[in-house]
This record gives sequence, C-alpha cells and structure tokens, in this order.
Amino acid sequence: MSDASLQNDPEMGAPSTKSSILELDQRTKKRNAAEARFRAYGIVAIAVGLVFLLVLISSIFFKGVGAFQQTFITLDVELLESKLDKTGERDIEKIKKVTTFGYNPLIENALKVAMEEAGIENPFAKGKDLRKMLSSGAAADLRRFVIANPDRIGDTVQFRLLASSRVDGYLKDRVTRESLARDKNLTPVHLDVVDQLKEAGIVAKSFNLGFITGADASESRPEQAGIGVSMLGSLYMMLVVLACALPIGVAASIYLEEFAPQNWFTDLIEVNISNLAAVPSIVFGILGLAVFIQFAHLPQSAPLVGGLVLTLMTLPTIIISTRASLKSVPPSIREAALGIGASKMQTVFHHVLPLAMPGILTGTIIGLAQALGETAPLLLIGMVGYIASNYPGGIIEGFMSPNSAMPAQIYEWAKRADPAYYERAWGGIIILLVFLMTMNIIAIILRRRFERRW
Amino acid sequence: MNDMTKIERAVEMSNMKISAKDVQVYYADNHAIKDVSVEIEDKTVTAFIGPSGCGKSTFLRCLNRMNDTIDICRVEGEILLDGEDIYDKRVDPVQLRAKVGMVFQKPNPFPKSIYDNIAYGPRIHGLAGNKAELDEIVEKSLRRGAIWDEVKDRLHAPGTGLSGGQQQRLCIARAVATEPEVLLMDEPCSALDPIATAQVEELIDELRQSYSVVIVTHSMQQAARVSQKTAFFHLGSLVEYDDTTKIFTNPEDPRTESYITGRIG
Repeated sequence: MSDASLQNDPEMGAPSTKSSILELDQRTKKRNAAEARFRAYGIVAIAVGLVFLLVLISSIFFKGVGAFQQTFITLDVELLESKLDKTGERDIEKIKKVTTFGYNPLIENALKVAMEEAGIENPFAKGKDLRKMLSSGAAADLRRFVIANPDRIGDTVQFRLLASSRVDGYLKDRVTRESLARDKNLTPVHLDVVDQLKEAGIVAKSFNLGFITGADASESRPEQAGIGVSMLGSLYMMLVVLACALPIGVAASIYLEEFAPQNWFTDLIEVNISNLAAVPSIVFGILGLAVFIQFAHLPQSAPLVGGLVLTLMTLPTIIISTRASLKSVPPSIREAALGIGASKMQTVFHHVLPLAMPGILTGTIIGLAQALGETAPLLLIGMVGYIASNYPGGIIEGFMSPNSAMPAQIYEWAKRADPAYYERAWGGIIILLVFLMTMNIIAIILRRRFERRW
Repeated sequence: MNDMTKIERAVEMSNMKISAKDVQVYYADNHAIKDVSVEIEDKTVTAFIGPSGCGKSTFLRCLNRMNDTIDICRVEGEILLDGEDIYDKRVDPVQLRAKVGMVFQKPNPFPKSIYDNIAYGPRIHGLAGNKAELDEIVEKSLRRGAIWDEVKDRLHAPGTGLSGGQQQRLCIARAVATEPEVLLMDEPCSALDPIATAQVEELIDELRQSYSVVIVTHSMQQAARVSQKTAFFHLGSLVEYDDTTKIFTNPEDPRTESYITGRIG
C-alpha cells in the first residue's frame, strides 16, 4: 500500500516522471554539445599546426632547392704550352710557378672561340670583361687540373667551369637587368650574351654536387661554397658526443636508478639533472669556453671542443630518458632474477638493461639529433665565423683542427651580404633537416622493432 | 633422563629447517611484523594464512632477505637457517637466495626462451660444467615443475608465450633449477584458474619430498589441502601455529576460529 502511494505522489520526482531513452534529455544534450565543441577545438588546433608546418616546409623547400642547382659554362680550353710551360721541360715546380693569373688569358680565349663558333657577337673589347661571366675560382680549377696532369699541356681539354654567382642568379631569376644597374660585377650587356650562350647550350644549369661535398668559400665566391667540410665537422662532433655522453649518461642513470640509496643527496642530484636539461644552451657554450679553451687550452673552433660542449648539453637528455626506460622495466623481472640468486649487477645487466635498451637508444638518438642542430654553444667556442675552406688532413686533425659545423655554417651564410649566400643557407637547412629526420626515423624504427616483450 | 632430552632436541634440530625468533619488521615507522617466532620443518609444507595486510608476505620475504631490496625496510630478531643466522653480517644475500628460492604471486618468466629461463640460475651459479649437463638440469627441472611434457618440443619458444598456469609452473621449475633447500611461494595460485591451481597444488605436494616449502595463501581451502603446518597471522602478529588439521578443526585462539569460519578477514 505504501509503495503504491509513493508512486502516485508527484512530489517524489524520479519515479513519477518516466522518460523515454529514445529522447535526449536536457543534460545529455548539453553534455553532447560540449563534447562536440571540444572535438572541434582539437581539430582546429591540429589543422593550424599542420598549416604552419606546411608553410614552413614549403618555404624552406622552395627557397633552398636552388642551392642544389648550379650554372656551369662548358668550354674547350686549349692549354697553351707557351703560357703554362715556356721551357717545355714539364718540370712540375716550374709549372706550379704559374699563378691563376696566368690561366686567365686561356679562359678568355676559350670563351671567345666558343662565342665565335656559336655565332655570338662579342660586345666587349677587353677579355677581362668577358671573363666576369665566370667564377673567379675557374682559373684555380684549371690550374689544379694542369698540376695534376702536366702531360696534358698543349692539348685542348673540355672543362665544366662555374659561372659567376650573378649569372647563376640570372638563370635562377634572382638577378634581373634592373638589379644589375648598380652592380659593378656584371652589366646587362653580359646578360644578353648569357641568353645567347644558353641557347647555344654552352651555359646550363645542372645538379650541384659541389654544394653537398664542397668546402666553404670566401665572401665573393658564393657559387663555390659547399657544406661538405662543415658536415664533416658535425660528424666529428657527433662522434665525440656519442663516445662521451652515452657511456657517462647510461652509467650515471643505472647507478642512480638501481644502486643509489634514496636520500637527500640523490634527490638533489635528480633535481639538478632535470634543471640542467632546461639550461639555455648558450650557458653551456660559455662554460665550454671557460673550461675547455681558456683553462684546458684545447684548440679553438675544434670539433673536439664542440663535441665536449654538446656532450654536457646532451647528458641530461640521455640520463632522463635512460632512467625513464629503466623505470618502465617491471619490478617483477628484477624480483625474479634476485629470487633465484642473481646479484644486483647480474640482474641489471642480464635482464633490466636489455629490456631498457630500445628506450636508451631512442633517447640517445634524440639527444644526438638535438646536439646536431644546436648553434648557440658553438658561437662561443669559435665555430661560427670560421671559414671551413679545407678538408682536415686526417682523423686526428679532424678532431683537433678548426672546423665549422652544419648549423654554424648555415648561420654564417645567412649573415653574409651576397644574396646568393641566402639561397645556400636555405639549402643547408634542407640538408640539416634531412639528417635530423633520418635520425628520428631510426629512433622510431628502433622503438618499433624492440616493442615491449613482457 | 638428561640424555633423553638431548636426543629429543637433536632430532628436533635436524628436523627444523628455519627457525625465526622474535622477528620484528619495520617499514619506516610502521611496525609491520611484531614478535613473530616460528619453527619451519624440513620436507614439510607450511602455510601462512591471514587477512590481507597482516604481514604474512612480508614475513615470507624476510626468509630469503628479499626485503633488503626495499630501502625503508628494517628487520630485527633472529632467523636461523640450519642453525646459521641469515641476517649475520657475513651472509651474502645473493648466496642465501640460491639456497632459499622464491616463487612470486604473479608469474614472472624472463622475456627469454623457456630453456634460458631455466638455465639462467644454473648458469650464474656455475652448476653446469658443459652444455650437456645444462640440458640435463633443464630437463630435470622442467620435469619437477610438471611442465616438461607440455614444453619439451618448444624449449626455445619465449617463456612469456605460455599460459598463466604454465608460466607459474615454469617459474617453479626455474626456482627448483638452482637446487634450493627451501622454496618460498607467495600466493602462487592467486593469478591462476582452478585447473592450473590444482596442477600447481599437486606439484607442491610432490616438491615436499625434496624441499621444505613455505606457502602464503589467501585461500583457506588451499592451505588445508596442501600444508601439514599452518600459521595464522593477524595484524602483524603470529596468532597461532600448529598442525594444519588442528588449526582447521580445533583452533585454540578465538581469532583463528573467527577467521577460518569467515567472521573476520
């Protein structure tokens, strides 16, 4: 009886207002609307991110892709014996005495001949003006060839010589007749000749291997500059970082994670490692300057010093990721090993470390990639501003002699006045990004390959 | 008469495998085990029962010093294994754990092959001189673990690929492979289904021929089925310790009676 009265009482709320589940009530509608809004925010956020990424990558690509193409002028140069080896003895020492100035007339001559053959009128009285279409490094290329092959003197040899950066810029639409009005390096008349030469197939753009493998050049010869030497500098630095940071970082993390007692001192170390990871990299640069160069008297601008500074910077990253992956190994594995009488060290090295290895390697590669792209600490130890124009002679020299690094080289190029260098800087960024992406992909593959096996 | 007591004591001594006296365990300030004294006999299954958090697992882990791995844990009192104090300064816990093996609540095979799981202990303790001897130990241990027939064709398959019950028997075989004298089991069947539990229980009964087995269990039926001696823990104290039949039929302490009849715990 009391049940019946309860159900009929309109004051009792819930039981009396019977609702259908086919109809959404007010609260559910509100809740669903909130969820839909939140999803929309998320999609918008991702879309904005993707747009920025797309803009970034496409602008890098379009600005940098020009650096991978270079304009060359193909010429048949007659290596006149009368100019290069007056005595006819083929004495290498005497041939070496002929400087690049001695080669200039040969190039001028070859250009004239080529133009005559193609039926192009020569508007210049002086051969010097004609030569402006070529890189000032062209004569050096010729000289290098002659010194390497003295027996070819007297022959006519075909050379693919670098065009000057203005001609290169004209073919890449960077240089126009208007922009040359106040330029003393080249005149619009030159461009008319270039147009005709291009039609004759003597001037042409082709893939620029020299940009990837070559050395940096002086300010006035951007067409010759390449990133190869600084790439090697970066490689040597990464070797130093790997050799120092991996063993120190892994040993420190294993000790802290598995052996160290929990007390205020280890807590302090832990807090400091986390803090070090957030220290601005330029601070590490100034530390490196003070400790490695001013105190330890290691050579300036050397990849060894750069590598040591980057090691300091990478260590916290490696330690943090190694500790995280050691922590993620389930304690039951440690108990199992200890329970059958393995020592602490056997437990760590036989069971914990192999399981943590993919995480450690991933962390190390990410740390290395971070170090590879780091510029600020290199500023202070003199790796920026150094013109890496020569390949190191050997491995020891590679570590100890001054060099640049990829990001430092990019910064250096971006700083230079000639717009041709601007293009090189973007091209350098493309190469750097290719390296970074490769390293990240390796890290992802490693992680996938050693998926958790417990 | 004097002689008689001496002989009696000698017999008793030879039968005692582990004897704990006034053991106290602290986790930082928390007094987890209070005044526990227990004599564990050789070639017997001893069961520790009691409600959750009563300290039976903690006490079990004292017996092979697994508690050493917990920084804040402190053990006082005396635990003798064959008359030698296992908490003596000269004792290396690693050596002790080879003698007092342990099987855990959750099956925890190494993420390696079945063969390597068993062979790991003998390898690090140098029990096998060559490959043939190691093979022999592995086979013997797997037979003792009552799992040989199921895995003999796939010794090099990963141990983690076995079913839960098989994994637990693999872990028992692994513990047996190092030739321990005592086998500690911390709720070995709590993660297993009834069929696997029955297999493991049968195995425990067989292991009694060669070892002293100490088992912690939540299931009173299991304690009654497999053990000869039972200890009832409550709130960190040992309430009662006697023959299993006596504990389950005629307990002396009212708390034991309440627990086994289901009124507390």
